[in-house]
Amino acid sequence: MTFFLQLLLTGLMVGMVYAVVALGFVLIFKASSVLNFAQGEFLLFSAYFLWTLLIPLHLPVWLAFLILLVFAAVLGLLVERLTLRPMIGQPLVAVIMMTLGLMALIRGIVQLLWGGVARDFPQVLPIEPVSLGGITLSQQYIWSFIIAVAMFIFFYVFFQRTKQGLAMRATAADQQVAQAMGISVKRVLAMSWIISMVVAAIGGFLLGTINGVTPFLGVVGLKVLPVVLMGGMESIGGAAIAGPLIGILESLAGGYINPIIGGGVNDIAPFFVIIIVLLIRPYGLFGLKRIERI
Amino acid sequence: MHLPSGTYSDSYQKDMAVIHTRWQWFLFIAFLLALFLFPLFGTTSLVHLLNSIGITLIAVLGLQILTGYTGQISLGHSAFIALGAYSSAMLSAKLGLPFFLSLPLSGLTTAVAGLLIGLPSLRIKGFYLAMATIASQFIIIFIIGHLKITGGPYGMSVPQAKLGSFIFASERSYYYIVLIVGIIMTFVALNITRTRVGRALIAIRDNDLAAELLGINIFYYKLLSFFVASFFAGIAGSLQAHYITVIHPEQFNLTDSIWYLGMIIVGGMGSITGTVFGVGFMMILRELVDIASPIVASSFPAIGGSAFAALGQIVFGLVIVLFLIFEPRGLYHRWEMFKAYYRLHPFSY
Repeated sequence: MTFFLQLLLTGLMVGMVYAVVALGFVLIFKASSVLNFAQGEFLLFSAYFLWTLLIPLHLPVWLAFLILLVFAAVLGLLVERLTLRPMIGQPLVAVIMMTLGLMALIRGIVQLLWGGVARDFPQVLPIEPVSLGGITLSQQYIWSFIIAVAMFIFFYVFFQRTKQGLAMRATAADQQVAQAMGISVKRVLAMSWIISMVVAAIGGFLLGTINGVTPFLGVVGLKVLPVVLMGGMESIGGAAIAGPLIGILESLAGGYINPIIGGGVNDIAPFFVIIIVLLIRPYGLFGLKRIERI
Repeated sequence: MHLPSGTYSDSYQKDMAVIHTRWQWFLFIAFLLALFLFPLFGTTSLVHLLNSIGITLIAVLGLQILTGYTGQISLGHSAFIALGAYSSAMLSAKLGLPFFLSLPLSGLTTAVAGLLIGLPSLRIKGFYLAMATIASQFIIIFIIGHLKITGGPYGMSVPQAKLGSFIFASERSYYYIVLIVGIIMTFVALNITRTRVGRALIAIRDNDLAAELLGINIFYYKLLSFFVASFFAGIAGSLQAHYITVIHPEQFNLTDSIWYLGMIIVGGMGSITGTVFGVGFMMILRELVDIASPIVASSFPAIGGSAFAALGQIVFGLVIVLFLIFEPRGLYHRWEMFKAYYRLHPFSY
């Protein structure tokens, strides 16, 4: 029983971090209907950049974070203006290919600048494991969970209560009508990319503390696609719920099925979930339905 | 499309023809002769490069029919090639079938698998279909890598192709198999796209609701598109398996699938000659990166061993991003513009 609870809670914590990564996907999809496959690589880049600020340059933690967030914002602005703006009006394949090209480009740049070497962050969050009645949880997981939940609450309030959030939701619903209403669609798109990059930066930090900063951090981007899909590609609340669900599924699959088949099942289980979700309910738990009757 | 001035068609057949003038026939036959005679002059590594280009071309032709003509975005093509390779390996290694029988049979088995995997395309489109194909890519490779019968994570060895008592062991001898199969498959792909089927596929790409309203059975044609694309991939996989004689699940990964889609974009979506351009361009680019990496590694010693992987990714990403920003219609469009300029000179239109 404790084994099950251990798996459950670990899955919940890891899932919440997945939810933060998924948030980055959802934010861009919400505003511009583009699935940014390169999101994982942006996480990777932010993690390595933060490492460079913290260790070789010895900057204090608060300054490093500030620089990271500013850098992420500038990066988001540049990427949106240079690569995604020309893609408006192009067919879907071109947009997908552009984000895939960005994925390869950023992965290559990270490997060029920092080699294939795994790094560790200096200790920012406390690391002693906490014991609750037989179940050990790493404190890093708990802190990541708390930070993730705080981010979700922040963004929920942002999108529901502020004018900027309302403008972004309006642009996501219909760009032309939003433009007609006086909302600057260009600014909204830029804002959504900036926010998404900032989220990626925070996500990169969280994943870097948990797993170390390795070149494989980018693969998390692909792993999180099931979360995005299951929650609904436009739904922030959906990502918050689907993240822990997929995390728990992965954890349980790893704990119970891996010994039987011999490994790797926990990585592939979310992809089975994609297929099932796409066949039964393509728009996910909370996505917007587009009904087309053939 | 511009024709050289003075060419006209007085029948439907002539209008639909690919080659219109005598000069074009001459160039075509000269090109075929050059291809057939190449192994006599070229170095072994160049012949190997052409073999790889040929095999990839067959696979990417299938992807062009699926994505370029029908609009079904597929990021799982590498998994279909894997299915072709493994089914051909099993047919010839376990069942003892000769290569020239296992080649078409593996194409057929992959086509049937592609039919099943293409079923979601009837319900979902766009990004959702792309994600379903990514999922199928991972799942298929996972299953292949975990079955005992396929050798699991250790890979599988494949017997070489035999015709009578002649074994196609060297690159030069295999070149002729790849060349002949490649010419046949290009011919088949070109003809599929020129007929009623091709027009139906294009209609589905442009607006599938409208196509259904016009009476085109989009269920049938979407599944047919997956069938044909997987057949091509299966043939390519079988050729590859018997060429390199050892196959392993990690040879067929998502990165390759992304490269194939990139080849279509660079070459020009929706055109067969564009596929040839795209495949040739990207494979030659990969060779150049291969050659340039040691030079980069030695001039920037800080980067060291990871230069090859990094350079490959950067070059690919840069090529895709720049092509999409500056020439989204690909090399074929540039070529058509060049021909038009040449034929209409000194007029501009």
